[in-house]
Amino acid sequence: MNLLQQSQASVLFDAPGPKARARYTVYSVITIAALIALLAWVVIQFDRRGDQWAAEKWTPFLQPETWTAFILPGMANTLGAAAVATVFALVFGVIFGIGRLSDHAWVRVPAGMVVEFFRAIPLLMLIFFTMAIGGPLGQALTFVFAVPFRIVVDPFTAVVIGLTLYNGSVLAEIFRAGINAVPKGQSEAAYSLGMRKSQVMRLVLLPQAVTTMMPAIIMQLVVLLKDSALGYIVAFPEMLRAFTLIATGEQNVIPAAMVCAVIYIAINLSLTRLAIWLERRNARRGRATAHVGAAPGVDAAVAAVPAASVPTPSVQPDDTPEPVDRDGTDPAGPDAPGGGRPAG
Amino acid sequence: MDDIFNNLDSFVDGFSWTIRLTLVSAAFAFAIGVLLTAMRVSPVPLLRASATVYVETIRNTPLTLVLLFCGLGLGNTMQLQFSDRVEWDVFWLAVVGLSAYTACFVAESLRAGINTIPFGQAEAARSLGLTFGQNLRLIVLPQALRTVIGPLGSVFIALTKNTTVASVAGLGVQEASREMRLLFDQGQTDVLVVFIGFAIGFIILTLPVGYFFGWLSKRLAVAR
Repeated sequence: MNLLQQSQASVLFDAPGPKARARYTVYSVITIAALIALLAWVVIQFDRRGDQWAAEKWTPFLQPETWTAFILPGMANTLGAAAVATVFALVFGVIFGIGRLSDHAWVRVPAGMVVEFFRAIPLLMLIFFTMAIGGPLGQALTFVFAVPFRIVVDPFTAVVIGLTLYNGSVLAEIFRAGINAVPKGQSEAAYSLGMRKSQVMRLVLLPQAVTTMMPAIIMQLVVLLKDSALGYIVAFPEMLRAFTLIATGEQNVIPAAMVCAVIYIAINLSLTRLAIWLERRNARRGRATAHVGAAPGVDAAVAAVPAASVPTPSVQPDDTPEPVDRDGTDPAGPDAPGGGRPAG
Repeated sequence: MDDIFNNLDSFVDGFSWTIRLTLVSAAFAFAIGVLLTAMRVSPVPLLRASATVYVETIRNTPLTLVLLFCGLGLGNTMQLQFSDRVEWDVFWLAVVGLSAYTACFVAESLRAGINTIPFGQAEAARSLGLTFGQNLRLIVLPQALRTVIGPLGSVFIALTKNTTVASVAGLGVQEASREMRLLFDQGQTDVLVVFIGFAIGFIILTLPVGYFFGWLSKRLAVAR
């Protein structure tokens, strides 16, 4: 029921007749000409300033030493920091996402404040702060315990803490939206079976929320991986820094930037494909596949966009602005055991 | 608190660059984003493909790399110069990177908005004889825009926060986070107080914007 999905190329315009076809051909030719002109300009500019297309600017990337000495260690650091931060952020997200749904105001309000605070301030500031707070913190501890403390926060720790706090807060909102989207009958049925609140959350709500939100969670991990490049600014030896080292050594900024971008894009695109595949699988199984983009309170800059980027024809229920709510009220999926009413 | 008031200069100076970066980049990003969206739904396959390639490429590249490319690549290597004064030169280089990056997210949001428009709208427009351009301009885009005001607000807030990356090497725009880091490095001030001060500055920038876009999206919501 929406424009792009019903039929990709025939809603906004008629099937082209002979005249229109001729016109489109002209447009295509113009586009090709413009693209070629742009490309030629870029190539010529790169060539003129610093001779960036010369073979010796590119050969470093064909030598195994470049990879073993610079790129692979950098990539290991990037992926390592992202992996550690992912684990911590998921834990942080679950704790604070559930905390925001607590029945007790003294849990709910502080959890909400923490999440909102870390989502409102730039990640880079958080990383700077984490690096700078080590000294004063050590002094304070020295003062309190009368034992000399000396705390030095290394870039890796700062990056991981920053990534954890920011992405954990966004994940908290994703988890919250997912838990809210589980049909009410699920928790009611669980309570009527005599489960405690913690059991309902752990055994009924959270597993369903995680399944529903898996695509959104993975898209947030793409954001996390991209943000790990901020470590470059605080001299964390991650992949981007490895490439700038090569670029300074070989004077090949443009080739280095291109190779680096290709690696990031390859990693991120495969994660995105995974999210799309999960989303389609969920839809096939009749589960609610929630896009957090429309969920209340979720940072749509990170959440709506992945949802929008997933063109899954006819299986993806995103023709209403509130897919979470609408899908959430439909417990008739084949494997939603709590949805059916007990017979007799 | 003295640490804030004694350094009010760097505070105000930093946030003035942050605001300038945000507003100018937002304007360009919106324009490019609308153009990309129009290309992505256009009848010419080549336009569609090139817009898709652009969006997918830039969206999956870290912003740090994009801005680093603007600074070291466009600025140092290609010697692209926008202004004689260094601070404005790096400002415009940062605007190039931030707009190019944010435009992808604007385009993605708008495309999601076009997805929500009922089939009948464009069909009716076509049956009245509107061309693709008229259809897009008069029927589809206005409705899509009104639907995605909320997500666009989030993109704007993300842009505000992303301006901090413009302090990256090779650019070094004197925006808020860089001023904060300079204060940290001088070591004359209380780290926690300065951090809270700058954090509040960002919250003041982003919170009203969030509420404003929320209010606007409710007010302009398309009744269906």
